[in-house]
Amino acid sequence: MMQLAVRAEPLLDVDHLVVEYGLGNKTVHAVSGVSLQVARGETLGLVGESGCGKSTLGRAVLQLRRAKSGRVLFDGEDLTAMEGEALRKMRRRVQLIFQDPIASLNPRRRIGDIVAEPLIIAGVKDAAERKRRVHEVLSAVGLDPELVANRLPHEFSGGQCQRICIARSLVLNPEFIVCDEPVSALDVSIRAQILNLLEEMKARFGLTLLFIAHDLAVVKAVSDRVAVMYLGRLCEVGPSEQLFAKPVHPYTDLLLQAIPVPDPDVRPVEGVAVGEPPSPIAPPSGCRFRTRCPRADQRCSAEIPELREVAPGQFAACHHPLA
Amino acid sequence: MSTLLTIADVVVELPTPRGNLRAVDHVDLSLEAGRTLGIVGESGCGKTMLSRAVLQLLPKKAKLTGRVMFDGQDLARLAPESLRRLRGRDLAVVFQDPMTSLNPVLTIGTQLMETIQEHLELDASAAMARSIELLTAVGIPAPEQRLAQYPHQCSGGMRQRIAIAIALSCEPKLLIADEPTTALDVTIQAQILDLLAREQRRRHMAMIIITHDLGVVAGRADEVAVMYAGRVVERAPTQALFKRMHMPYTEALLAAIPKLDAAPHTPLPAISGRPPDPTRPLRGCSFAPRCRYAAGRCHEAKPALTSAETPGHLYACFHPIQMAAGVDA
Repeated sequence: MMQLAVRAEPLLDVDHLVVEYGLGNKTVHAVSGVSLQVARGETLGLVGESGCGKSTLGRAVLQLRRAKSGRVLFDGEDLTAMEGEALRKMRRRVQLIFQDPIASLNPRRRIGDIVAEPLIIAGVKDAAERKRRVHEVLSAVGLDPELVANRLPHEFSGGQCQRICIARSLVLNPEFIVCDEPVSALDVSIRAQILNLLEEMKARFGLTLLFIAHDLAVVKAVSDRVAVMYLGRLCEVGPSEQLFAKPVHPYTDLLLQAIPVPDPDVRPVEGVAVGEPPSPIAPPSGCRFRTRCPRADQRCSAEIPELREVAPGQFAACHHPLA
Repeated sequence: MSTLLTIADVVVELPTPRGNLRAVDHVDLSLEAGRTLGIVGESGCGKTMLSRAVLQLLPKKAKLTGRVMFDGQDLARLAPESLRRLRGRDLAVVFQDPMTSLNPVLTIGTQLMETIQEHLELDASAAMARSIELLTAVGIPAPEQRLAQYPHQCSGGMRQRIAIAIALSCEPKLLIADEPTTALDVTIQAQILDLLAREQRRRHMAMIIITHDLGVVAGRADEVAVMYAGRVVERAPTQALFKRMHMPYTEALLAAIPKLDAAPHTPLPAISGRPPDPTRPLRGCSFAPRCRYAAGRCHEAKPALTSAETPGHLYACFHPIQMAAGVDA
């Protein structure tokens, strides 16, 4: 069903997106031709290790980082072609939540003002209306507006600050939120609270999410579909359950095996992971994972593997997929 | 088996503008030679302060009471000169962030050879040979070239391998690894944990792994101590602990971790609230305000560590889980 929905009308359609950074006279190939779709009401999880380009991709979707080529269609409109006022208007519908909740709140401003700021930028002039909206979203994320609105960020713990960030992202009634590692800075017991809150908010406000994280179990807990990224390219995309049960790309398989399982009866297999990701300044030719892949051969260095459908709804970019 | 390390009734207090903060609250632990102890807890639970107490690297103003017996000596009463000889040689440490634990302006070779020459009576060429041998052991390709490089020229994983090589350089009896893989990616984490396990077996060294991740200790520690608000709230041989957790906090901590085999959108059993303010100690059990089993007595008195039926399994709780009905410790 989900796949049909994606084909029918994706809310977000990223098409052959390329993002590069200059670094002296070198170029960092952060995102190299990524295409993905997110259906309305869906959560797409985006996983990968640090430096794989997942955050750059999230920022490029919001046009916080402009793409070198490719298109980002949001509700049918190309964001990469938009500028100025048009883009600002569109940004009300798309929001971003960051990894470090404390750093993303201005330490000198009161919580009520922080959460009201997007409304002011969006031109909501009626102070009573702003106050009503701020109270509504603060209550929604489980904070008491009367108690928190006049306080400063340092009076709150990391988990509470992330609740405040989520409230701020909801205040303009967005349709789409990019969550960039929203729980990686939080302790285990707080992480579960925030993940549950995101799920609750998604249902309550009818949101569509792009959920970026490096932790596969965290991603699986909230995502309908998962995309695995390595060194600027997508390796595998598929429905969460299916992708985790039967990974087809050797990199997905490696990621799954490398996770320590909290069960002493599951002995860690030594030697599953070898090598480190190469530099995105000079990525390997062909398949970018080939330098660490046990299945790599000549074809992998000569030919870039395209994403192909390997099972209904599951796509992998590999010349030698796992059966 | 001989006991290598005994932590007896250790209390660490730090003065803060808001009053004394008791970071470690009457902790007893012991570790035998060649074994691995995992210390698990969330941020602020005192696990790092406890390791600093063992290393005698506490902040200047911190006040330590209790005894830290290592290899027959009380570290808390050892002269600075004797401590300096001990640290780096018999007692080594690997920290979380390999960038800040290495000196950015010295080459990797200098940092490795410095430790080796300080503690082992080797000349420069012998120290160099040993450095190369160590870098090879921790899986660094082309070690001769690495010696001349600076930390910024290495990746995070490589830097942690180098920090481990320095820690292993004098064949320590005890290695303390404080969140050694938290700053690293999951595939690199697996490699570093493999490396630590392999070198430990080879050198018959005891190890303390400090982590917030129950997954990291499950497959790699012989014994696990769970800390909450400065105290050890449950301690057991790893198998016994995972087979049957007695302390509700341990159970809740495990339950709150998203599981790979759970279906998407399964609500997580979150622990409500947050840890208590360490400058405002609670009269009763520190976990009581967040505990779903808490009743009257839990708010009045602190439960002491009590033995469970399984040998070596201790827990601090008035209402341990999975006990037969009517049994009240």
